[in-house]
Amino acid sequence: MLRYIVRRLIQLVVVMFVLSLLLFLWLRSLPGGPDSAICGERCTPDQRVAMRHALGMDQPIWVQYFKYMGRVFTGNFGYSSGVEPGTPAIEVFLHRLPATIELTIGALIFAIVLGIPLGYFAARRKGGIFDNLGIISSLVGIAIPVFFLAYLLKFVFAVKLGWLPDSGRQSTDLAQPATRVTGFFVLDGLITREWDASWDAFRHLILPSIALGTIPFAVIFRITRSSVIDVQNEDYVRTAEAKGLTTQVIRRRHILRNAMLPVVTVTGLQVGALLAGAVLTETVFAYPGLGQATAIAFQLRDFAVLQVLVLASAATYTLVNLVVDLSYALIDPRIRTR
Amino acid sequence: MVGLTKKKERIDQLAASSATAVVDPTDVESSGGSILADAWRRLRVSPVFWIGAVIISVFVLIAIFADVIAPHDPGELLLRSQTRLARNQLAPPQPGFPLGGDQLGRDLFSRLVIGSRQTLLVGVFATLIGFTGGLILGTLAGAFGGKVDTVVMRLVDVLLSIPSLLLAISIAALFANPSQTSVIIAVSVVQIPVFARLLRGQMLAQRESDHVLAARALGVKRAPIVFRHMLPNSLSPVIVQATLVVAISIIDAAALSFLGLGSQSVKVPEWGQMLGEAQQKIDSYPHLAFWPAGCIIVVALGFTLLGESLREALDPKNRR
Amino acid sequence: MPLLEVEDLGVEFRRRGLEPFRAVDGVSFDVDPGQTVGLVGESGCGKSVTSLAIMRLLMPRGNRVTGRVSFDGTDLLRLPIRDMRDRRGRDLAMIFQDPLSSLNPVISIGLQVTEVLQRHRGMKQSAARAEARDLLDQVGIPDPDRRLKEYPHQLSGGMRQRALIAMAVACRPRLLIADEPTTALDVTIQAQILQLLGTLVRENGTALIMITHDLGVVAGLCDEVNVLYGGRIVERANRHELFATPQHPYTHGLLASIPRLDAPAGERLHPVQGSVSDNIPWTSACAFAPRCGNEVDRCRSASPELTAAPLGHGHQLRCFNPVLPDGAGVGATGGSAPVDSAGEAL
Repeated sequence: MLRYIVRRLIQLVVVMFVLSLLLFLWLRSLPGGPDSAICGERCTPDQRVAMRHALGMDQPIWVQYFKYMGRVFTGNFGYSSGVEPGTPAIEVFLHRLPATIELTIGALIFAIVLGIPLGYFAARRKGGIFDNLGIISSLVGIAIPVFFLAYLLKFVFAVKLGWLPDSGRQSTDLAQPATRVTGFFVLDGLITREWDASWDAFRHLILPSIALGTIPFAVIFRITRSSVIDVQNEDYVRTAEAKGLTTQVIRRRHILRNAMLPVVTVTGLQVGALLAGAVLTETVFAYPGLGQATAIAFQLRDFAVLQVLVLASAATYTLVNLVVDLSYALIDPRIRTR
Repeated sequence: MVGLTKKKERIDQLAASSATAVVDPTDVESSGGSILADAWRRLRVSPVFWIGAVIISVFVLIAIFADVIAPHDPGELLLRSQTRLARNQLAPPQPGFPLGGDQLGRDLFSRLVIGSRQTLLVGVFATLIGFTGGLILGTLAGAFGGKVDTVVMRLVDVLLSIPSLLLAISIAALFANPSQTSVIIAVSVVQIPVFARLLRGQMLAQRESDHVLAARALGVKRAPIVFRHMLPNSLSPVIVQATLVVAISIIDAAALSFLGLGSQSVKVPEWGQMLGEAQQKIDSYPHLAFWPAGCIIVVALGFTLLGESLREALDPKNRR
Repeated sequence: MPLLEVEDLGVEFRRRGLEPFRAVDGVSFDVDPGQTVGLVGESGCGKSVTSLAIMRLLMPRGNRVTGRVSFDGTDLLRLPIRDMRDRRGRDLAMIFQDPLSSLNPVISIGLQVTEVLQRHRGMKQSAARAEARDLLDQVGIPDPDRRLKEYPHQLSGGMRQRALIAMAVACRPRLLIADEPTTALDVTIQAQILQLLGTLVRENGTALIMITHDLGVVAGLCDEVNVLYGGRIVERANRHELFATPQHPYTHGLLASIPRLDAPAGERLHPVQGSVSDNIPWTSACAFAPRCGNEVDRCRSASPELTAAPLGHGHQLRCFNPVLPDGAGVGATGGSAPVDSAGEAL
């Protein structure tokens, strides 16, 4: 088991290395690379040469790569030029990270808390009205573009009905704005006992979480449903029935436990969809997280911030999947005892 | 490797499960006919399949006959006189203009009809490119195994480690002037590793299968084995995936348009672009966003339904 | 009085898009306490479905079960499902064909044994644990304390089947149904498992329904044998009679298809011609007619009944033109059928 973890960590390093190479090549081949981004559209050839020299772009490509790797390892990605001009890119990232984590957790909770029980009930009554409704809504959930769903929710519940705030992480008119402790506003409010601030942050999370969580919800619902249906027909469930066990024991011990295996995997994979979806959702709700930063960084060609974001999201995605695989081993003895 | 083993294993499992079914002769026998006939028997009674098929047929027909159906030129500002943005006024629906005008006074209905073409193009071409790329890589890896397999699959792993939309955005950003072509390329490149992995899993399962071993034992050469035995038997989950990818591509393309990385053409309307533009004023004119969004949802749903019903029909578990 | 009386049992599969299919059709047989009864036939003949119907393990959806299954006087088919659950695992238990897939992969062997004891014998955790240990010991699993903590994938095939048997006999059921318990195992292990079953049944006085396609198993274990074809019993006799004077062409074919060690080298094998898919419905013909070497005109126009056989006591037969010794019939069925499609009928 320990060897397995070590092997996976080594693989992780290899992927990150190849990724950083790709990222370097990608940054180099972006239209109007870093030089003209900093220099501006109307810069003279002389200025451009000077700028290229200042940026080290006139050196051989492998020298540039080593310098780049050095910067990556020291966390020195340069200064943001567009998202939060003048701030070190890594700080932009760290400062916005809690917001996105909070949103992602909200979306995952929404997806899991709804997806697994509903998927289970749909499977129990396969072919019934509830099952068909569930399938249809999960298919529609997958077919709706995330950003449109976000707009729809915002339009109905924030603009028309006014039940929930339409943008940001906290209200500007809050009597006592949250004290920043961890950066997770809901949590901060609880720590500092600023209940209003915590509640306010929570209300800001609801709509974006639903928008972002809809696709994972649909996916988790479907995998739970099909997994439960598959497991129901397994021989060992028949054995359990033949043993005369009570329905509760059969469901909990023999069906759910086995059916959860693929659900765990797929939930881990949804983190990728969440990171991508956050770009769209945060943009719609003007939510100051990493997703919004990504969208702005692309529009303003803020390369320093971009490389941190791409590298970080790939690292997060791979790490989360590593964690998922390990937790998988906890439920599945076939992997644990290998 | 790394992190994504599960995603891969699932794809591989998918592959393996259908591969064994294709191989198992008793299975084919009990279904009383070829796999295709058997699948068709189950498709024929599936409402999901028919709804999907009808949606897609209507959509394709509209795209083909768009010129005939659209009453006006989608680029002309025919209703500009009735459009007063300062007063939040748009041209209302009227004879000849069933949905009224958009924010510039162009006929909304005609723009939707003509826009179907671009959406169809994105969906179909992105899938074709992704499919072909994946087919080449997957076949190489699956047919040769060994070092070729390792190198190809490592690259695929790295690409899969970037969340798909982020990868698409990164690729789209490489183009100085975003256009329909750059959108198609960005959306399709994302799908190449997915197809490659799926196909490779299939091929590996096939390589170990009895009929390929038998053919090899009989001295059949590599090329005929790959093209006559392994490839045809590997395709059914890939076809299912392709159908779903059409829907994914259409939605991804819309997302790129929304982020300003889509086609900037004023002349040729595209649903994602229309949606992106309308969203800036969604509070005042929600219907401008709802129409293109509705079209995207219905078409994406159509392809998803078709894909799901195909998956269901080709799933060996359902073959009795 | 018999322990189990199966009367006119019928199972019909109704699947969407398919014609209803009668998998089991008017099957009747009795099992006395302590008796071992065999259900024999090739795959698809309805023998497993019969056993699942007795245990009420067929999904209610898509399957219609008719007839009576009377266990100790109670009709199991009409019992409320709650009461049926109380009886399963306690009064009647079942062993399945594939021990690996029949065991839950993510739960320890120990828990899979103790859960039966806790459910039906009301045992506490620790008592059940000790009892489970004894059970594993009883079914011949070495080092039972270690095995209790292990998972199915860590056991060998024979060991898994032993564990399944331990679960089935945990509550000393009065009837045990074994559905091809040895098919998935190596030949040497097969013999061990059969021996174990024989011993357990004898020691506990358990009645056993043995479902198999293997006539060797029948010869070694069963008191009475029912041969099934196309969902109906085509021949019934005690073991000695069946092997001495098989009279249904199908049974005859099954026996003739067993390769003989004393046959001259190079002699042809004698498989039963055709396969199950050649069946015609029983409604107005004999389902076996298309594959039968003894076929007469009537076989295609009328459906034979299960009646007393021309030879033997209590020997029953469903055939218009049985195979009789000394050429009383048209001749031996085995004959010279060269097509190898006897399926599993070895």
